[in-house]
Amino acid sequence: MDFLRDPIGFVIQWYVGWLGELGLPSSWVDVMAKLTGALVLATGAMLFVVFLIWYERKLIGRIQDRFGPNRVGPWGLLQPVADMLKIFTKEYITPIGADKITYNLAPILAVAAVLLLWSVLPLSVTVVGSDLNVGLLFLIAIGGLGEMSYILAGWGSNNKYALLGAFRLVAQLISYEVPLVLSALIPVMLAGTLSVTGIVQAQQGVWFIVAAPAAALIFFIASIAEIGRSPFDLIEAESELVAGYNIEYSGLKFGMFFVAEFLHAFTVSLIFATVFLGGWQGPGAEEIPVLGFVYLMVKTFVVYFVTVLFRGTLPRFRIDQMMNLNWKVLTPLSLALIIAMAIVGGVTRELPVFWQVIGFLLVNLLLLWAADHLMRLAQRRKTKINLAMQTGSGVLTTSTKHGTGE
Amino acid sequence: MLGNWLYIGIFALVALLMPAITILIAGFLSPKRPDPIKNSTYECGVETVGPNWTQIKIQYYVFALVFLIFDVEAILLFPWAVAYQFLPLYAILEGALFLLILAVGFLYAWRKGALEWF
Amino acid sequence: MNGLQLVFLLAALVSLFSAVMVVSARRMMHAALWLVLTLMGVAVIFVTLQSSFFAVVQVLVYVGAIAILIIFSVMLTRRVMEDQGDQVLPGWRAAALVAVLLFAVIVGFLALWQGFSAMLVELPSDADNLLELGKALVSPQGYVLPFELASVLLVAALIGAITIAVDLKEDQRG
Repeated sequence: MDFLRDPIGFVIQWYVGWLGELGLPSSWVDVMAKLTGALVLATGAMLFVVFLIWYERKLIGRIQDRFGPNRVGPWGLLQPVADMLKIFTKEYITPIGADKITYNLAPILAVAAVLLLWSVLPLSVTVVGSDLNVGLLFLIAIGGLGEMSYILAGWGSNNKYALLGAFRLVAQLISYEVPLVLSALIPVMLAGTLSVTGIVQAQQGVWFIVAAPAAALIFFIASIAEIGRSPFDLIEAESELVAGYNIEYSGLKFGMFFVAEFLHAFTVSLIFATVFLGGWQGPGAEEIPVLGFVYLMVKTFVVYFVTVLFRGTLPRFRIDQMMNLNWKVLTPLSLALIIAMAIVGGVTRELPVFWQVIGFLLVNLLLLWAADHLMRLAQRRKTKINLAMQTGSGVLTTSTKHGTGE
Repeated sequence: MLGNWLYIGIFALVALLMPAITILIAGFLSPKRPDPIKNSTYECGVETVGPNWTQIKIQYYVFALVFLIFDVEAILLFPWAVAYQFLPLYAILEGALFLLILAVGFLYAWRKGALEWF
Repeated sequence: MNGLQLVFLLAALVSLFSAVMVVSARRMMHAALWLVLTLMGVAVIFVTLQSSFFAVVQVLVYVGAIAILIIFSVMLTRRVMEDQGDQVLPGWRAAALVAVLLFAVIVGFLALWQGFSAMLVELPSDADNLLELGKALVSPQGYVLPFELASVLLVAALIGAITIAVDLKEDQRG
């Protein structure tokens, strides 16, 4: 019966017990258990990508009124497996003048930076990985390693397009890290801890997306920008950068960037589900841990579905539009949100939780409305200026110093 | 605490070794037939002109700098956010003041046009 | 020697070696990348000191922001590709002397420091040092003035850098 309620936890306990019986010293048992856990989780995550690629291609196909993969295996399920086998046998082409060490290190680091995120994410009540007391910051910090891998790739390739693509990508990533970090402050404020497990436990009653929808929205948009997907896929920008930082890569080295991208897309959905959608929380998840895992996966796939929907339906931003969205909308909004939430939380502290949540919710909606309103006003003014310039009345032209475009 | 970090350290080793070994294995399986044309820098068939390590524009630097300032600021606020529920109202306002001071700098950057991409 | 000491020794060796490589690498970009490795080594040392927060901050701020800033500024220079040229300063003897003297002074002062011989006090297992840090940062008995001054300092840095860089930007656009 124990096995049915919590199969993963059961296997872990059985494995640790079995290691102990072998007569190893306890510190070795600990290391062995951790090593096995890491191996299983990392392998599982890498193999999971095969399924993700199929899911995404199928979904994009449906969005674009196509079938998607449907030849290999039932519903085309084996298509990514076939693709993987093919890419395994492709030649590595190293461009002349490439910086060998950085060139080869980049794809490895790209995958490692994404895999490492899985080490602190709690998958159910009993399977928590590593309950770090700075878990949320760790998740953001590891993103920095990913940025480093793009720089290595762009610089090591000895190619102008790769270099430009890499630097443009890194500029995008670091810019969107600002609202990401700032909006991550709000769940920390509500939960009173940086530990990811603690944040999940704090959402027992109310999911943070209910208490802070604006923060969730900012976090979600910034997360999509962090994985560099449409509408933020300027790195790919085939028409201007050919393919960005990974242009000189071939064979499985390119495949590793591909794996990293897909896994990252799923992992940020997992992080979003953990931080804002209550993680494994749900009816009966405490008693039957495996149910919590199922809840988490369902939530994650809902979020992942939305990111794929974005990818399939939205056109690509221009780079100045993307930067404007980040620096002139998301960053000021998250700054205002932190200040407002802090004050409202401080004032309503004595009230029951219900009223507190209502207060938070109102502040969030108010700020979202204000941001929307200001954006509309700015847009209207811009249109007016453009019109004035076109008709040549020239009175307003001096105020267009920071106009658009190169 | 250290046990948690041990797991992350082991995980980091595994995460680095796994793609490395996969790439190595694929290297044994794949053909190796290099030739100068194939290995030349890919620029859509056009010959490369000049050095490939080009200079970037200053705006990258400006954005990195603004990012750094905000990163440090957020880091300083994280302990405050952790302790938030135990803080009296004036301490919460101190955190808000911290943010407001920075908002002034942000406004300056905005007005000065440092946040424009051209 | 236990595992912790082994980890510390490895991290210290990696940091020191890559720090030497930072100053001796011929390409500026390589120097910047070695610097990243040094900073990672320091992060591991923070971990061995059980200071998770600072380890993560080290990665987040130094690797994720400062190293990238340095790489960007390397890419701003025109001498990225240059491998040749003299690597030795004209006055390297004087510089070496100053460096050795400085090293001796630091070692001398550190040798006098009592902290090395003191025994470490175990933290109680339920101590949340992040919480304590957060409380201390904004309490009037703690560090509220430095905390707010840090904000002013950050703004000063921001304004200074923008004043310099935006003029350059206008030039480039020119």
